[in-house]
Amino acid sequence: MSNRSGLFSRLCTSWHVLLVAWSGALLMSPMSGCKKQDAQTGVTATEIKIGQTMPYSGPASAYAVIGKTELAYFKRINEQGGIQGRKLTLLSLDDGYAPPRAVEQTRKLVESEGVAFVFGSVGTAVNTAVRPYLNSNKVPQLFIATGADKWADPVHFPWTIGWQPSYRTEARVYARYVLTARPAARMCVLYQNDDFGKDYLAGLKDGLGDQYDKRVVQTVSYEVTDPTVDSQIVTLQGAGCDTFLSATTPKFAANAIRKVFDIGWKPLFFMSNVSASITSVLAPAGLDKSTGIITGQFMKDNSDPSVASDPEMNAFRAFMKQYAPDLDPNDVNTAVGYSEAATLVHVLTQCGDDLSRDSIMKQAASLKDYKVLLAIDGVKITTSATDFKPITQMRLARFNGKSYDTFGELMSGD
Amino acid sequence: MTVVTEAAALTSGVRARRPSAARLAVVALIGGAIVVPFVVTGYHVLQLTQIAIYAIAILGLNLVTGYSGQISLGNGAFFALGSYTAALLITRLGVPYWLTPPIAAVVCYGFGYAFGRSATRLEGIYLALATFGLAVSTPSILKFELLERWTGGSQGVVLAKPSSPIAALDVDQWLYLFTLVVAIIVFVAAWNVIRGRTGRALAALRDHSIAASTMGIDTVSYKSIAFGVCAMVTGIAGALQATVTGYVSPDSFQVFLSIQLLVGGVVGGIASIFGSLFGAAFIELVPDYAKALSDDAPAALYGILLIICMMGMPGGIAGLAYQTRMWLARRRVHRASS
Repeated sequence: MSNRSGLFSRLCTSWHVLLVAWSGALLMSPMSGCKKQDAQTGVTATEIKIGQTMPYSGPASAYAVIGKTELAYFKRINEQGGIQGRKLTLLSLDDGYAPPRAVEQTRKLVESEGVAFVFGSVGTAVNTAVRPYLNSNKVPQLFIATGADKWADPVHFPWTIGWQPSYRTEARVYARYVLTARPAARMCVLYQNDDFGKDYLAGLKDGLGDQYDKRVVQTVSYEVTDPTVDSQIVTLQGAGCDTFLSATTPKFAANAIRKVFDIGWKPLFFMSNVSASITSVLAPAGLDKSTGIITGQFMKDNSDPSVASDPEMNAFRAFMKQYAPDLDPNDVNTAVGYSEAATLVHVLTQCGDDLSRDSIMKQAASLKDYKVLLAIDGVKITTSATDFKPITQMRLARFNGKSYDTFGELMSGD
Repeated sequence: MTVVTEAAALTSGVRARRPSAARLAVVALIGGAIVVPFVVTGYHVLQLTQIAIYAIAILGLNLVTGYSGQISLGNGAFFALGSYTAALLITRLGVPYWLTPPIAAVVCYGFGYAFGRSATRLEGIYLALATFGLAVSTPSILKFELLERWTGGSQGVVLAKPSSPIAALDVDQWLYLFTLVVAIIVFVAAWNVIRGRTGRALAALRDHSIAASTMGIDTVSYKSIAFGVCAMVTGIAGALQATVTGYVSPDSFQVFLSIQLLVGGVVGGIASIFGSLFGAAFIELVPDYAKALSDDAPAALYGILLIICMMGMPGGIAGLAYQTRMWLARRRVHRASS
C-alpha cells in the first residue's frame, strides 16, 4: 500500500507549513480575543434589537405563528413611532425545534447581530439548551413561550424569566377544584409522555397532597407518535373513574373528547389549557361531544363567539386584519404572541432611557399589577427580584356547547 | 448508476506522480482550518465546529451507504447514542469530556455491529426501512421510563461547558480545535480503511455481493463491520456534539436529523470521503440562506436538491469536482496530442 503511506508522509512533510500558519494565527488571536461590551448592547438612539428563535421548520412549526404575530405587533409599534423614538427590530430565526440549532442561532443573535436580549423563544428543550449561555453572558432571556415549571429560578438563572402559568400551576388549580367539588373523586389522567404531560402529574400531586394516592386511580400515557389514544381512553373508563384530566396536546385532545363521548363515559372532564381552543380542538371533536368540558383559562379564548363583542378582542381582530392578514385570528397562538409582545413593550417603556441589559432584566422583574392584554378579567402580572412567575392566576371555565362560561373564583396556582 | 469514488480514482492510473495539487489542497484545507478560528468571532467558530461534527457524522454514513452500498436512514440514532454516552459519562462518572469520543466510539461500534448483524438479511428498501425505524423510535426510546433515570427523559441532560486549558484560546476556539483534531484522525483512519483490504471488500460487496462472496469475502461479517464502523464514526460525532452544545435531549435527535445527514451525504457525494466536508457545509449553512426565501424553504430545498443530485450528479459535489478535473485533464491531453 504505497499510496497509503504516501498520504501520511505528504501530510508529515507539510507539517512545518502548518506550524507556521498556527503560530501566525496565535499572534493574531489577542485581537479577536477581547470583546468590548457596550453599556447598552443592541440599543441605539433609533433602534432596539431583539432576538428570538422559532420552530419555523420541524415538528413544532405550528408554534411559529407566535413569532409571526410578534413581528406584526412590533411593526405596528414602529408605525406608531416606536418606543420613545426607538424602533423595535425583532430578528426571528429558525431553530427547527432542535436544541443544537437553537444554541447556534442564539449565539448568532447575541454575537453577530448584537441583540439587546432574547425574547419569547418557543420550546422547553430549546430554551433549556440556551439558558446557561445567556445567563453566563448576562443576556436577558425574556418571556419565553414554554409552560415548564423550571423557569422561575432567579437564584441560579437570574437572566431567565417565563411568561405563561406553568402546566404544573394549572394542574394545581384543577386539583383544588376537585377537592372542593368532588371530594370523593375517582380520578384518571391521560398524559403525553414528556415534560409537558408529566408537569400535570406533578401539579396534581402538589394540589391533592396526601389525597393523591386515594383520589388518582389510574394514569395512562401516550407518545406524540401514537396514531390515536382510543385504547388509553377505554382503559381509563374501565378503571371506573368519575373524573378525568386530559393532559394532551390538540390532536390527541380532540381524539380523547370524541372517544370519551363515543363510549358513553361521562366523567367530570378537565382539558389542558393548550388544547381547549374552540375552533382548533372542540369543533373538530364535535361541539356537542365537548359540552361540559372544564379548563383553566388565563386568556380569553379568541375563538369563543361569546367574546366577540369584547373591546379588547375587537382591537386584537382589527390588528390581525391589518398587520397579519395571512394568520388565523382564531388560532390561540396568535393571541399568545400578541399578548407577549404587548408585555414586552410595557417592560421596555418602563425602562425609560436606561436600556442596558441590567435595566431591562430589572424592569421585567419589577412588573406591578400589569394587566395582560386579552387575559380574563383580573389576571395581572406581578414580578419581583424573587418572583419570576409572571402569570400565575387562572379561572375555571366550562364549555356550554357554544362558548365558555367562567365560574368560581380567580385562582392562583401557587 | 456509476458512482465515482476517490478510491477508484486513486487506485487507477490517475494517481501517477502529480501529487502536488492534491497535497497542496489537503495542506491548505488543514492549514486554513487551523487559522480560521482566530480570524472569525465566537458564533462563527461554533458554526465551523458544527461543520466539523457534521462532516464526521456524514463520513460515517458515507462508509456504510457509499462504500458498502447499504442504505442507512438511521444514522441519527447512532449520533444520539454517541451523544448520550458522552453525556452520561461526563455527568454520572465524571469522565473528562476529551475521553468521551473514544469511549463513545467503542460503545457505538458494538451497537452498530449488533444492529448490522441482525439486519444482514435485509437489503435495499427493507434495510432502509429498518434503519428508518431506528431513527423514528430514537426519541421515544430516550424517553422510555426505565431509562429515564439515566437519560433524564424528555428533560434531557445538561452538561457543564468545559473550559479551555490554554489561556490564549477561548472555549469556542479550544473546542473547535479539539473537534478538528478528532475529525482529522477519523478522516485519516477512514481514508486508510477505505483504501485497504476492508475498503476493497466493502466495494466488492456493494458492486456485486454474490461475486464478492464467491471470491471469499465473508459478506455477513463485512456488512456487520460496515455498520459497526459507521455507527462508531457517527457516534464520535455525537459525543463531540454533546460537549459542544452542552445539552442533550430527545428533541435533539428527531427523525429529521437522519434525513439531514443523508441529504448532506448525497449532496456532498455519497461515496467520497471529502464529499462529507461539502455535505456538512451544505446542511449547516444552506438552511440559513434558504430561510431568507421562505420560512418553509429549507425542507423543500432539501427535497428538491436530493432529487436533482440523484438525477443530475449522482457523485454529489465531490463527484462533480472529480469529473471537472478529469475533463480538464482530458482536454489537456487532447490539446497536447493535436
